[in-house]
Amino acid sequence: MERVILHSDCNSFYASVECLHRPDLRDKPVAVGGDVEARHGIILTKNQIAKKFNVKTGEAIWQAKQKCPELVIVPPDFPLYMRFSKMAHKVYLNYTDKVEPFGLDECWLDISSNAHNLKEGFEFAKKISRQIKCELGITVSIGVSYNKVFAKLGSDYKKPDAITVIKKDNFKEIVWPLPAGDLLYVGKATARKLSSIGIHTIGELANTPTNILNSLLGKWGGLLHCFANGLDTTPVCQYDNQPTVKSIGNSTTAPRDLENEEDVKIILFVLADSVARRLREQGLKAKTVCISVRDNQLYSFTRQRTLNRYTNITSEIERAGMELFRKYYNWNKSIRSIGISVTDFVSDTISVQTDLFSNELKREKKEKLDRSVDNLKNRFGSYCVQPAILLADRELSGFDPKKEHTIHPEGYF
Amino acid sequence: MCLKKYVNVTARFDENGNITPLAVIWDNDVKFEIERVLDINPAVSLKAGGAGIRYTCRICGHEKYLFLEENRWFVELKEKQYIAY
Repeated sequence: MERVILHSDCNSFYASVECLHRPDLRDKPVAVGGDVEARHGIILTKNQIAKKFNVKTGEAIWQAKQKCPELVIVPPDFPLYMRFSKMAHKVYLNYTDKVEPFGLDECWLDISSNAHNLKEGFEFAKKISRQIKCELGITVSIGVSYNKVFAKLGSDYKKPDAITVIKKDNFKEIVWPLPAGDLLYVGKATARKLSSIGIHTIGELANTPTNILNSLLGKWGGLLHCFANGLDTTPVCQYDNQPTVKSIGNSTTAPRDLENEEDVKIILFVLADSVARRLREQGLKAKTVCISVRDNQLYSFTRQRTLNRYTNITSEIERAGMELFRKYYNWNKSIRSIGISVTDFVSDTISVQTDLFSNELKREKKEKLDRSVDNLKNRFGSYCVQPAILLADRELSGFDPKKEHTIHPEGYF
Repeated sequence: MCLKKYVNVTARFDENGNITPLAVIWDNDVKFEIERVLDINPAVSLKAGGAGIRYTCRICGHEKYLFLEENRWFVELKEKQYIAY
């Protein structure tokens, strides 16, 4: 039996939620943007009116203002967006328990158990769209199809407040003329590669023999070929089946360029502390530390190393990060943003192999100290206990990555 | 012009976790008893700009909406109320 899958995408999510809460903004061009002073000044989303002025997500606020001088910029309010995201999930869960979020504003729904064909799926999509409008006051675009990839294409096909059905007998007309870059997992780099051998549309991708794609893209070739032909069979996950965590990381764009190692140390400490706290909270230890550095010319790189032991101790993670940094950065340019992440997890309850050359007792003490500080921070806020180094430059250290935590769409697999 | 007004509310929390508003208390300590809750639904208020659980209440014989937005209650003001306010 054919599956019935919906992909629901909240239109200009952040901007819609802001406009809902501020009726005076509804007839003006509005964009949600980061703090220019803190150098986070890019457009995160814009409403339909701003879209008409060709304001683009990701561009700098000054660029957007050149195109549209009346543009109203509102600062983001992530807790509010998360609340609305949860409210949307609640609506979806009325229809099925197979609801798989993709970022804050998108969700796949498998409603095969309620809808027997795509036509019924379309009716359900109408109901969902209506309910979201009544309960949340925002609009969604919904794609209805027999696989997740086409459902997502459907929700992008017509915006805002639209429903697109992609069936087995019409996907060639709808999907194939679209540019290859519209397909899930075809990013800029892949699109460039594909276009180098003359593949510009999804149709051309679908009709290219798999072995050619494989030689160009490796194992992704076959997968994309599958996607383009509508052969994707990936299931929609159960809502409560949250995917297991594979990495924990934090990054930030500093309020000013980092000029020396001392600056980097301050930022890295704050980030490492947040990462280590999140590790301890989740009951995990990690073995691989990875840093990412972006200089003020926007060139960026990442480096990683594996530690000898699993750890969740702030100072060890910070030290590993600093070592990587010292080894691979030559200070030709000053640094704009920096990040640290850890992967390769085990549960913190497993027993550890001690060795002759490290002082396990000291490590245990450190871990206990970290946990006590965590307790204090949970009760009295992240700034209640700080190492002295963070007091050296409060402009740099005055951010809380754990609280202001950012939202990424999870991977598809 | 903001037509959203947060208000003080007296409510009953029963043992099953249901919340029933009993009275709305206006700024000047005037208390408006809620005679009856007619309907409870999640809903948006486009007029006031907010979303939450909407309680349709009968107050002094009139039907009024009272919204529970997370842990705050708000009502929609009429435009002339706004001016008077």
